[in-house]
Amino acid sequence: MRMRGRKTTAALAAVAIAAVLVLTSGVGLQAGAARKLEIFSWWTAGGEADGLNAMFEIYKKRFPGVEIINATVAGGAGTNAKAVLKTRMQGGDPPDSFQVHGGEELSATWVVTGFMESLADLYKSEGWASVYPKDLVTIVSYKGAPYSVPVNVHRGNVLWYSKKIFDENNLKAPATWEEFFKVADTLKAKGIAPLALGDKNKWEAAHLFEDILLGTLGAAGYRGLWTGKTSWSGDGVKKALGAYARILSYVNTDHAAGTWDSATQMLIDRKAAMTIMGDWAAGYFTSKGWKANVDYGFAPAPGTGGTFVVVTDTFGLPKKAPHRAEALNWLKVAGSKEGQEAFNPLKGSICARTDCDLNKFDAYLKSSAADFKQNALVPSEVHGSAAPEGFATVFNDIVNLFVTNKNAAAAQSALAKACKDNKMCM
Amino acid sequence: MPGQELLAPPRNSANVATTIAPGPARPSTLARPRIRRDSVLSALIVLPSVVAVGVFVYGFIGWTAYVALSGWNSFVPDLSFVGLRNFAELFQSPRFQIDLRNTVIFTVAFLAGCLGIGLLLAVLLDQRVRGEALFRNIYLFPMSISFIVSGTVWQWLLNPSTGVNLLLEAAGLGRLRSPWFTDPKIAIYSVVIAAVWQLSGFTMAMYLAGLRGIAEELREAARVDGASDWQMYRHIILPLLNPITLSAVIVLGHISLKIFDLVFAMTGSGPAFSTDVPGIFMFETTFRGNRFAEGAAIAIIMLLMVAVVVIPYLVWSTRAEAAE
Repeated sequence: MRMRGRKTTAALAAVAIAAVLVLTSGVGLQAGAARKLEIFSWWTAGGEADGLNAMFEIYKKRFPGVEIINATVAGGAGTNAKAVLKTRMQGGDPPDSFQVHGGEELSATWVVTGFMESLADLYKSEGWASVYPKDLVTIVSYKGAPYSVPVNVHRGNVLWYSKKIFDENNLKAPATWEEFFKVADTLKAKGIAPLALGDKNKWEAAHLFEDILLGTLGAAGYRGLWTGKTSWSGDGVKKALGAYARILSYVNTDHAAGTWDSATQMLIDRKAAMTIMGDWAAGYFTSKGWKANVDYGFAPAPGTGGTFVVVTDTFGLPKKAPHRAEALNWLKVAGSKEGQEAFNPLKGSICARTDCDLNKFDAYLKSSAADFKQNALVPSEVHGSAAPEGFATVFNDIVNLFVTNKNAAAAQSALAKACKDNKMCM
Repeated sequence: MPGQELLAPPRNSANVATTIAPGPARPSTLARPRIRRDSVLSALIVLPSVVAVGVFVYGFIGWTAYVALSGWNSFVPDLSFVGLRNFAELFQSPRFQIDLRNTVIFTVAFLAGCLGIGLLLAVLLDQRVRGEALFRNIYLFPMSISFIVSGTVWQWLLNPSTGVNLLLEAAGLGRLRSPWFTDPKIAIYSVVIAAVWQLSGFTMAMYLAGLRGIAEELREAARVDGASDWQMYRHIILPLLNPITLSAVIVLGHISLKIFDLVFAMTGSGPAFSTDVPGIFMFETTFRGNRFAEGAAIAIIMLLMVAVVVIPYLVWSTRAEAAE
């Protein structure tokens, strides 16, 4: 027994030493290998993944010999990826560069908290000030310095409709909510569901409400919501909520079981005539063989003509990026004309730069690019630009409750409280 | 699967315990120094896991409790003490109130479903039917599937425009169509159906083991005394199964109080939070909203809810063990 006891102790010690050796050698290996680039995003499938790979190819051509690690986390609108990224950043293990929506999601979460490096020098050396729209650079800037490089622009406020159903019923895309209700009544009388919605993930319903807010308050009033100038408890928001309640009576009853893409699919299946969604829906139509102006039509969401809700994916540089030089090269590719012309037609978005060759884009994207140049650009709340994430999650919750109980007074007071809690209003 | 450690056989019923009786007591003739050497060695072997559990379980519970009392509600760590403010905020939040109500409804319905169906299946299987092993495996099989997978499948099955509703219509039972989880009033029961499907087989297995542990003489004695089958089950077998029921309630209860994955994959928060549970609220508050202190407070409340169920059980089983 005595011998066995000692042997066991010795064996335990040996295992412990071996474990320490393995661990330390692992650390040594990691530090030894250089020339890597880890890019974090939620572009896991379809056109998005193809677009990302196209940018990787350009990077490999320009900077050969660098191993690219494509760290993606699946999940619509990046909801899961953002959670993973937060634990990595908090734990001191940042990727070399990561996808982030420009605006508050970038500045409130990462810049103010001191996780990001300023890119003012990069913007200067690459001459980006003259090719990016000024409003867009402002969205990715904090105290005058840019902190990320936008690669694309999506439009949030688009009404999509089935051309066939509209032509058959001699309908025109509604430009205001009043027109919308007329069109919707006509469709309803014919037994066609007017508006498709799929809000299982909550943000889809919030997305629709954001467009209603913009349509009701106008660009200036809408911008004021995020700075405290427009009151959440005022008549404007009340009117928007009233409109929303009315709009919801034209929505498919099983909306809680669907997602944005199943809502888009309803147009293809002739189960609904319209849906309001960001222009990633155009990418979905394309992937199903539907063509712009032939199978589907598009217009600004009712009441939002002349404004453009910007949803921009950008890449930034974390302070503790393990491969800083490679990451800077990546940002150069992401901001280049060549990189954006390769990425965006596949992703189904327009270039964040204004000098891209439009011949590479389809009819919808051409029209979107034209609007992007002329329209008033406003930030999206649901997609992280207009308000801090703390507000965005509560906003989703409030809208989720409102969709069912339609209690406008409760929603307004909750919104006003959230605005205060997140220090957006005094 | 969490909570396996709670599956230790109940010990207070001699009849049930016969099949799984502990080994004979150690002879007390061991020399003193040997006992000490043994205990040093066993202490050494247990030490790593004690340290690991101490740090990674109790250490982090302590840390979470500490964060729950702090003002860390943005991405910048802020550990200033704010007392119970986070808890006060939570209990005022309409979403959290709905969550607590959902948890109670879900737990009660889920337990009733699992225990009822599990007992029924076990009693049926206990009739020495042919192909018993096959049925046992079929009933137990859902348990081996991850909650994420079953959640996804049940989401399709109970989607009002696909799945079960189409089946009902094809069978001419169109009147039984239901909006399932898109109707806030009944949404939570859709999730209960999925959870019961997944875990009633497990309850069946526990009950079957219990039934097999009941001595045949007891049944015979009851029959000799002229008891009907119903009376025998009602007055002899069911009372003998009480310890099994208790164990099942503990295991299933703590699963249901902290459920996350099944609901997250199947319905998410649901319309008007009708299927929202504290686990989902905690995840979104912490990792989407960056409100770390509030997220920690939700975690502490969940821990307390589970503790209310588990601690009395642990005390009871330790006492029973000591009594032996």
